[in-house]
Amino acid sequence: MIAATDRAGKYMFYRVVVIAAVLMAGFALPASAELRIDITRGTVEPLPVAITDFVGQSRGEQEFGRDIAGVIAADLERSGLFQPIDKRSFIQSSQALSTLPRFGDWRVINAQALVQGRTQLVSDGRLRVEFRLWDVFAEQQMVGLAFFTTPDNWRRVAHIVADAIYKRVTGENGYFDTRIVYISESGPLDQRRKRLAIMDQDGKNHRFLTDGGTLVLTPRFSPTLQEITYLSYYGNKPRVYVFNIDSGRQEVLGEFPGMTFAPRFSADGKSVIMSMAKDGNSEIYTMNLGTRVVKRLTNHSGIDTSPSYSPDGKQIVFNSDRGGSQQLYVMGANGGSAKRISHGKGRYATPVWSPRGDLVAFTKFTGGRFYIGVMYPDGSGERLLAEDFLVEAPTWAPNGRVLMFFRQQPSKEDGSGGGSRLFSIDLTGENEREVVTPEDASDPAWSPLIP
Amino acid sequence: MRFKILSLLAVVALVSACSTKSDEGAATSGSGASASASTSASGSEVMVQMGTQEDLVVNVGDRVFFGFDKYNLEPDARRILERQAVWLKKYPNLSVTVEGHADERGTREYNLALGERRANSAKDYLVALGVPSGQIKTISYGKERPVALGSNEAAWSQNRRAVTTVR
Repeated sequence: MIAATDRAGKYMFYRVVVIAAVLMAGFALPASAELRIDITRGTVEPLPVAITDFVGQSRGEQEFGRDIAGVIAADLERSGLFQPIDKRSFIQSSQALSTLPRFGDWRVINAQALVQGRTQLVSDGRLRVEFRLWDVFAEQQMVGLAFFTTPDNWRRVAHIVADAIYKRVTGENGYFDTRIVYISESGPLDQRRKRLAIMDQDGKNHRFLTDGGTLVLTPRFSPTLQEITYLSYYGNKPRVYVFNIDSGRQEVLGEFPGMTFAPRFSADGKSVIMSMAKDGNSEIYTMNLGTRVVKRLTNHSGIDTSPSYSPDGKQIVFNSDRGGSQQLYVMGANGGSAKRISHGKGRYATPVWSPRGDLVAFTKFTGGRFYIGVMYPDGSGERLLAEDFLVEAPTWAPNGRVLMFFRQQPSKEDGSGGGSRLFSIDLTGENEREVVTPEDASDPAWSPLIP
Repeated sequence: MRFKILSLLAVVALVSACSTKSDEGAATSGSGASASASTSASGSEVMVQMGTQEDLVVNVGDRVFFGFDKYNLEPDARRILERQAVWLKKYPNLSVTVEGHADERGTREYNLALGERRANSAKDYLVALGVPSGQIKTISYGKERPVALGSNEAAWSQNRRAVTTVR
């Protein structure tokens, strides 16, 4: 069943084959104390890194080189783990680098890591980008890769390079080659216009996916990336839909007799788990997207909602007030008995299992304030990362190290205030950053790494 | 028969009230003046057409309110719904939707579920009072459609509501 609701802007992801080739180090030295950032620690002194403009022969190649270096530097800086060094202090020029770094020149300006690269527009129209990451003190190449892509796709290549650097230095996967889908908000607070919007993780390539004619809420990315599941009030019937990003097609999921809401994909992308409200009672259901078979997982007079699968698909964490107030519960993938995991003071909501499986992020409401926090799946080790009048809806970066959420300001009787914005924060509670959007924003959902 | 005449009169009053209003903007029409004269002649207590949303709002009460994170009906809410039940039975051909709403102090998804509960609380009571359940639909808007602005208890208490609307 297809419902073409809002005028869905057809939006093709740049489909680009990134061919990576490992660049051999020109020379090899025995590995000594290797350059490394331990991101599990709370406060980390950002690593000073020199990111040089990638060199090119033609003017076009040089422009790509400069832009790519800029995106890499911005990605690494935003992570809070790297401190890109002002280019004006560089001693050795980018062009001179094309042979070999003079490491002494980089040590003098306190660079611990050096990123150099080259851009080349090859005869078949593709852009070739190569880069090397150097450990300045060990005088060693840490990683070197080359990519071929269409020139339009230079931003993705820059994010992929930043991910490669992040991974080599931290030992964890990066999250820069990702996108965010969220709800863009505008208009008066009692008549909010809400649109589905998508952008790169750094706010670029921003697009609206719906026109605001229909209320839409709570989008979530498929781990297979081409689809988003969300709630739409199309035809005044609140139902869960799946939106195909490439085709712009929107499809209602299943034929339920009541409101379906709070959808989330399973980690394998093959099912959507959600709530369905019937006669006032909300229960959790899962739908296999291939067979369309629907299975009911809870049976309780309390509210059961906001379900989230564990990455191995064996467990589900969800929100229920069956014990009298909103708490977090874990049950098996087939439903059945549920174990309460949240035991602190206050109400707990919106649990989201980390893609690493080690933590559950949540929203907490206590003493008139909202918090974003994490706990272990057994309920122990609760840590609160962000606090405000209203913070809500954590979403995990695919590496399970960074969370994004939204923060809403209180409003006044005259309708002023009440704005909402997206923020990211490290799992350590450090490095909170606003994720800049053209309008007010809520309900962020982080994509997996783009395949 | 008497009622029929009354509602006909009310139609006239309503239409003329509308045209008067729109004439205020244009400020040119002479017919607007005579229409508003007939409005005042028909009496102020029959300004709305019977069996409409306006009638429900003005003469019955279209909404009931709830406590924080609550969906049980307080005595005030029951009284309003009892009046609504009488009114709905008077107009068996009317279909209504009960909209459930929550204040901003809750997470979006939980508030959708809570709004659903509130709408159904109101509906269930109306049905218990003899209104056919087929006459009433429900929808939840969670915290998406506040009626009162401001992050304070006065506004929140207005927003925790179930509103009966004529379809």
